[in-house]
Amino acid sequence: MGLTRRQALAQAMALTAGAVTLTTLGVGPASAGVAEAQARIAEFTGGRQPESGRITLTVPDIVENGSSVPVSVSVSSAMTGDDMVEAVLIVAEENPSPPVATLHFTSLSGAAAASLRMRLARTQDVVAVARMTDGSVYLDRRHVRVTVGGCAG
Amino acid sequence: MATPKPRVKVPEQANAGEVITIRTLINHDMESGQRISADGSPVPRRIINRFVCEFNGQTVFACDLEPAVAANPYFEFNARVAESGTFRFTWIDDDGSVYSSEQRIEVH
Repeated sequence: MGLTRRQALAQAMALTAGAVTLTTLGVGPASAGVAEAQARIAEFTGGRQPESGRITLTVPDIVENGSSVPVSVSVSSAMTGDDMVEAVLIVAEENPSPPVATLHFTSLSGAAAASLRMRLARTQDVVAVARMTDGSVYLDRRHVRVTVGGCAG
Repeated sequence: MATPKPRVKVPEQANAGEVITIRTLINHDMESGQRISADGSPVPRRIINRFVCEFNGQTVFACDLEPAVAANPYFEFNARVAESGTFRFTWIDDDGSVYSSEQRIEVH
């Protein structure tokens, strides 16, 4: 027999302590959210590596109430001929369900810009990814501090 | 929940080829499906999952909404207008309901 009762108890306590630390830091659920967010982005980009530039994501630095957070995206594009934005994906990395919205633009849009309001469960990064009609992708990321989360109500 | 009533703001007139700004709002709880009710059971998800704006039958702007869109979804976006016509706005609810609104614009 390898373990004495004392050793077994000590190990169990160490494991519990570890689990508690993870939960308090929010590491467990948060990283799961980031992984899901990354998967959603990869699906949207078709696996292409996003470049920076062209897309601008505008969000407040700090919000008091996460239940209605203004978010604007704008992509510099002529929106005619070959220079067109097809879609923009907005993702809140650490929400219980990260995707926020997918915006679809056409040649009648005139400008690839839109604003809406989203829910943020906690302080986190918000990511916007633009996919052009030629398949190239651009990404912008902004950090938002939330003092009261918004997904429960 | 009160019956969703769309509200849209489109300029009454514009110059041909001008890029105009459109704003829309609809009252809707956007129940995320994440909440737990008082008796401990989850509140079922019910959101508006799609919004479309068309001009004379052609799509101008569309959005797929997820539960992380705030209650009473608001949109601000642009449209390039070449001729007079009618904007049609459509919101699609998880329960299959469709809410819509129309607005005419005169282009000079």
